Amino acid sequence: MSLLEIKNLHASVNGNEILKGIDLTVNPGEVHSIMGPNGSGKSTLAQVLARRESYEVTAGSIMFDGKDLLEMKPEDAACEGLFMAFQYPVEIPGISNAYFLRAALNAVLKYRGQDEMDAIDFLPLLKEKMRLLEMDERFLNRPVNEGFSGGEKKRNEIVQMAVLEPKLAVLDETDSGLDIDALKIVAKGVNAMRNKNRAMVLVTHYQRLLDYIVPDFVHVLVNGRIVKSGGPELALELEEKGYSWTEAEPAGARR
Amino acid sequence: MITATQAPEKYLEIFDQFGSRTASHPHWLQSLRQDAFARFSETGFPTTHDEDWRFTNVAAVASTPFELAASATVSREQLEPFGASQFACCLVFVNGLFSGELSTLRPLPKGVTVGSLAAQIKNDPATLEPHLGRYLNIPRDVFAALNTSLMGDGVYVHVPRGVVVEIPIYVLYVTVPGATPTMNHPRNLIVAEENSQVTVVEDYVSMGEGITFSNAATELVAGDNANVSHYMIVREGDQAYNFSTLRIQQGRHANVATHSLLLSGALVRNNVHPVLAGEGSECLINGLFMANGRQHMDNYMLVEHASPHCDSRQFYNGILNGQSHGVFHGRIIVHKDAQKTDAKQTNRNLLLSDDAQIDTKPQLEIYADDVKCTHGATIGQFDDNALFYLRSRGLAEAAARHVLLLAFANECLDRMNSPQLRDHLEKLVVAGMPEAATFAGPRLGEGAERNWEEVG
Repeated sequence: MSLLEIKNLHASVNGNEILKGIDLTVNPGEVHSIMGPNGSGKSTLAQVLARRESYEVTAGSIMFDGKDLLEMKPEDAACEGLFMAFQYPVEIPGISNAYFLRAALNAVLKYRGQDEMDAIDFLPLLKEKMRLLEMDERFLNRPVNEGFSGGEKKRNEIVQMAVLEPKLAVLDETDSGLDIDALKIVAKGVNAMRNKNRAMVLVTHYQRLLDYIVPDFVHVLVNGRIVKSGGPELALELEEKGYSWTEAEPAGARR
Repeated sequence: MITATQAPEKYLEIFDQFGSRTASHPHWLQSLRQDAFARFSETGFPTTHDEDWRFTNVAAVASTPFELAASATVSREQLEPFGASQFACCLVFVNGLFSGELSTLRPLPKGVTVGSLAAQIKNDPATLEPHLGRYLNIPRDVFAALNTSLMGDGVYVHVPRGVVVEIPIYVLYVTVPGATPTMNHPRNLIVAEENSQVTVVEDYVSMGEGITFSNAATELVAGDNANVSHYMIVREGDQAYNFSTLRIQQGRHANVATHSLLLSGALVRNNVHPVLAGEGSECLINGLFMANGRQHMDNYMLVEHASPHCDSRQFYNGILNGQSHGVFHGRIIVHKDAQKTDAKQTNRNLLLSDDAQIDTKPQLEIYADDVKCTHGATIGQFDDNALFYLRSRGLAEAAARHVLLLAFANECLDRMNSPQLRDHLEKLVVAGMPEAATFAGPRLGEGAERNWEEVG
């Protein structure tokens, strides 16, 4: 059974249709990259998957691990094993990273009927994941994302993913704005989490990320539709030629 | 000549009766009371035409025929839920009277005096004369004048030079309402001499419902290089009027932190008035107010910089729910000689309902030319992005809201850094939150100490 099955997905924001019929199947263990120019709907797709309420699904279906994702609230999707790394992680002053992550992990554990973790068991786990992302321990007690640099925020997202161990991780432009060192660290963290059960969807504008996280499939999203799919070589072709040739290609893709 | 026409006649009668009970008091104290009453009579209660009372109407207090509260009997078991008995040094006042029976006083360092102010007036009034009534601005503050006129009992703390009191001195003021409206005027004096250190908590609670008026006044004197923490907790009943004035006098390099937690009461007015009189002194004025229903909570800060090189930091966060009304009035006066003043003021407010209201007003008066003064106020609702972020990590919506409220409250709680009080204060805050029942998450204790910050 596939982990994620998107069929004919149409979605609107404030009445504007952004996604115009997306079909995508992701199996456990696979890494898919969704590339496309600005405004093509990449982030909308990520937000819809994370169940953001301001994104209205007008047609189509999404099955996640055999369940109807569109019936789920954001917290249900998270507890079912879907994780989105935010393009713009939110700052939450007044709550420490450690508190936030334990509250999140315990919400997920509780949903699954597992025992919640106390601080004593949780801290070593969190520290281990932070080491993986080369984050200093002082970030444990720092308020969530507050005063973090762009790179620190993105690394913090991957720390969260590592703690929550999702079945499907959607990384929304996690590479944007990162310098090469930060990019390598993020990629190392993501690669360490690849396994045969976990799938990933990398939403990115730049091919550069794919030098470090090599996907199994690359899809090109233009104007709300996937216009081309292929292997990792497609990303290189995009890098070379830009997006314009893909836009012209499938004649029926535009209205 | 003084006329009594503006003050309700009722108060003259009460003042006269009260005077007959205090006939044995020393002359200086009697004249202090008489002068204060003259001032109260002259001024009467303020109206909203008065700039300092623009957002708070005290007509209900002025027109209610309050009588001085009679003594009441309360058992230890009845006090248990207030959580004050966990503190080794806990003084209990019931309807304004000290209860030796309900209080526990662990042995304190040698030379430290902690007890009833009324007892001190009776036994050794000369020790009080240099301080009692010397700092409150009686001509300007009518409620301080009324308190001084009808001065009830309260805590007297005296810490001699160089002595450090490690445990907090916890003072519980229990109001037991009567069949008719009652009032009392708690009066406290805290004197921390040079190089000493002490923490004092004032906690005002009600037992049962009824119309009451608590009008407290505290004078806090921090000598040179003294380190004093003061906490003010107000969690009175739905028909309680709670007014308080804290006047702080700071010597050279004295470091004072005053924290307020306003959790309930029909009408709460919290006056905090530090005077940084000694060079290089520092004051942290930190508070959280959470109002529900039709509650009204007014915070009136008056920070006076009177000497060079002093720092003051004000941080007040308000959470307003229902049809409640919050006020933050932050006045900073930098006197002519107070060069190199560094004064910051931040007031952040979260409105949880369409009917809740906040008035926030900074007021800077600067008469020195080399100073740094900043102020900022924000008013907002729940941040949808933050809510979605938390939910996307698995927290249910109610839990996510609760975490955001905690986060907001925690900005203030984190500055209340007494390890002995932290748990207790956090419990009070969590219990007072609108959505408290819906979420039992991990405790916040993992929070780090946060630096003072600026919110624009």
